[in-house]
Amino acid sequence: MNIISISKREDLPQKKEWLIRALAVALSIVCAGLVIRILGYNPLQVIPSMVSGAVGTEIRLQQTILKAIPLVVTSLGILVAFKMKFWNIGGEGQIIMGALGASYVALNIEGLPKFATLILMMIAAMILGGFWAFIPAFFKAKMGVNETIFTLMLNYIAIKFVTYLQYGPWKSPDSQGFPKVATFSNNAILPKLFGIHIGWIIALVLVVLVHLFINHTKKGYEITVVGESQETARYAGMNISQIIIVATLISGGLCGLTGMIQASAVEKTLSATLSGGYGFTAIITAWFARLNAIAVLFVCIAFAILLQGGAYIQISMQIPASVADMIQGIILFFVLGSEFFLQYRVNINRKRLNAKEVA
Amino acid sequence: MEPVKAIEMKGISKAFGSVKANEDVNLTVYNGEVHALLGENGAGKSTLVNMLSGIYRPDSGTVSIYGEEVGFTSPKDSIAMGIGMIHQHFKLIDVMTAKENIILGKNQGLITRNKYISNEIKKVSDQYGLDIDLDKKVYNMSVGEKQTLEIIKVLYRGAKILILDEPTAVLTPQEIKKLFTIVRNMKEQGCAVVIITHKLNEVMEISDRVTVLRRGRSVGTVETSKVDTSTLIEMMVGKKVDLAIKKEKTADAKKLLLEVDNLHVKNSEQKYALEDISFKLYSGEILGVAGVAGSGQKEICETIAGLTKAEKGRIIFEGEDIIGKSPREIIRLGIRMGFIPEDRLGMGLVGSMDIVHNMILKDYHNQPGIFLRRGPSVKKATEIVDKLEIQTPSINYPVKKLSGGNIQKVLLGREIDSNPKVLITAYPVRGLDIGASYKIYDLLNEQKRKGVGVLFIGEDLDVLMDLCDRVMVFCIGKVAGIVNPDEVTKEDIGLLMTGGKGGALS
Repeated sequence: MNIISISKREDLPQKKEWLIRALAVALSIVCAGLVIRILGYNPLQVIPSMVSGAVGTEIRLQQTILKAIPLVVTSLGILVAFKMKFWNIGGEGQIIMGALGASYVALNIEGLPKFATLILMMIAAMILGGFWAFIPAFFKAKMGVNETIFTLMLNYIAIKFVTYLQYGPWKSPDSQGFPKVATFSNNAILPKLFGIHIGWIIALVLVVLVHLFINHTKKGYEITVVGESQETARYAGMNISQIIIVATLISGGLCGLTGMIQASAVEKTLSATLSGGYGFTAIITAWFARLNAIAVLFVCIAFAILLQGGAYIQISMQIPASVADMIQGIILFFVLGSEFFLQYRVNINRKRLNAKEVA
Repeated sequence: MEPVKAIEMKGISKAFGSVKANEDVNLTVYNGEVHALLGENGAGKSTLVNMLSGIYRPDSGTVSIYGEEVGFTSPKDSIAMGIGMIHQHFKLIDVMTAKENIILGKNQGLITRNKYISNEIKKVSDQYGLDIDLDKKVYNMSVGEKQTLEIIKVLYRGAKILILDEPTAVLTPQEIKKLFTIVRNMKEQGCAVVIITHKLNEVMEISDRVTVLRRGRSVGTVETSKVDTSTLIEMMVGKKVDLAIKKEKTADAKKLLLEVDNLHVKNSEQKYALEDISFKLYSGEILGVAGVAGSGQKEICETIAGLTKAEKGRIIFEGEDIIGKSPREIIRLGIRMGFIPEDRLGMGLVGSMDIVHNMILKDYHNQPGIFLRRGPSVKKATEIVDKLEIQTPSINYPVKKLSGGNIQKVLLGREIDSNPKVLITAYPVRGLDIGASYKIYDLLNEQKRKGVGVLFIGEDLDVLMDLCDRVMVFCIGKVAGIVNPDEVTKEDIGLLMTGGKGGALS
């Protein structure tokens, strides 16, 4: 036998599980510290300032939460699809399409009260985001087309389409030649509460709703069964095509809603870059939360701290962006890598090890 | 002359995580003997032989082949020592001919010397009395032919020690006879043969000695001629077990429950999986279905349950034609039908969900509103766990972590709980140990007493004949005959299975 063998773990006590995770975080910080040291910075300065940069003052904390909001909403969308083992890699495109829908309302419909405008924007965003997820879902349900590549490719179509609008028909005449869509009127901008736009309330409500939906509704039950085994779903008499389509509509709709929040409250206009990679990052956060809606909230906040802290040290310590990215990467690597040790145990065959040394 | 020890395994232990698959197992096999390795599912038989074939390595203990201690690191080492393993699932390439399969993986330089190789293979197969058409493609072969091919393959590679893992599971009685002749030939040629099985009558028929494993430990090795089956069972299970399956005669006037008439079903390749199937199922009877694997058993179950579309024909349940209706429509019509599919975790249950959530799989949609109510199914789960003595830490425990027997009890419990009139069971005891199997037979008999019509798809002909009131034999998607097990022999059924003539129609 090999000196090292790997076997699947049966059950791991909760305590040990958290110990492994804590160890991973600690190791990642040590490792990141080493890298910072090699690059000629003082890790004892850099790492604490990452934390303080993310949560140190009220304004910084607000910035962190601003980053957490789209992450939470998108992760919830991804979660619904992943629960069904529908690999929706198209969060980016669905966010962009959602933003497009919201912008259309914001730029073209006038004279409605603010509340109605915002609701209409949300609906438009969810319909367009949902539609963008519906296309691959339809082909998956009817013809068994692989959704992974399909959703991924739709991202680029959405981004290029909005780029076209931004440079062409939707270019604002007031932008003095800049390829920029007109800024929204005040009516189309989400209001603030406690200094942060109310997207945070939307995110919190959605966490609870998605949790209820997955765990306590019939549809949520169906989605889980289909994800587990389509044969079982067929056996139970479920309408699999319909379930696939409903779940992806919800998934895409939530991603679309992220687009509306970002367009309305952050960018205040439509741009091809407003998805900011959240559609991809959300895949990591949703997985790391083990597809649990409540856990999504905490994972996304932790992630936002990482993003914001990274951004902060670039400015305050003149550390290049690539170093901040590296630190984030190292932490991610360890934390996600620890999942392996939660699922498997590594046995070192001491007897053989000794035998080798003798020989 | 002292017989040569072909295999000697001493104090073998092997653990997978916390599970001890083998603990201090001893096995000695001599040249020129057929040695049966007997044990229930999960007793550690496969683990043990996988260490012989180089797939696993023992954690402790020694393996000696012809007196030489060996430490196999891969199946190649094992083959080099003359060990040939015939797996339960054949490792053949369908689109290749017999000959191509035989020489596959054997180093032979750039040029294949066709004639020469054919002669070599011929020499080997003649020596052991094996017969095969070398140019036949594997996909055109019957299961028996495939097995013969597997045997020639390992013999051609120089195997003197042959290990057969459950070789009879997929064979008809006639094919089994042929296999046993081959095994006896090999024995006479001085080979050592190890047969893994849990069928006792085969052990008695073919083996010289038996080693019994129980829960990973070797209970002992005995000479077959000096023991009887009940002793072997006691060694296997650890206690005395009454092996007779009681067939109860129900006296009540039988009522027609289900009539299948002229049923045709096509598979995904647009070929007929079922052709002109007609039979009747009455209340209070167990109708067995026998047949070589893949003769249409899966399709008949799924078509009756509404999962597969029929090409033509009628399925009449108490006067109502249910053909073309979805499972949900069938339920909505008030038709009470239970279905235990072959693939329990892949179809009948949701493995990662607990018992409670598996209880509502088929009736959750009858709950009003959009929310899922757990209350009634908690009660149901508790009752079923209690009644069927399901071993589980709690009703909130994922079913896939239960043992095979308990998984089957959860599934059967749910289906019985709906008070079905017709119960369709596909291989309900597959992979279950003896105790659990008998519990399932008892439960099926109990349903029969209650007047349920049971369709029992089985693979063990002895069980089919003991348990069922009538046995319907399938042969390549057609009904070859419906027989009364009291009036025919196992061989008659075997003939029907393979398309031969014979057997009285009832």
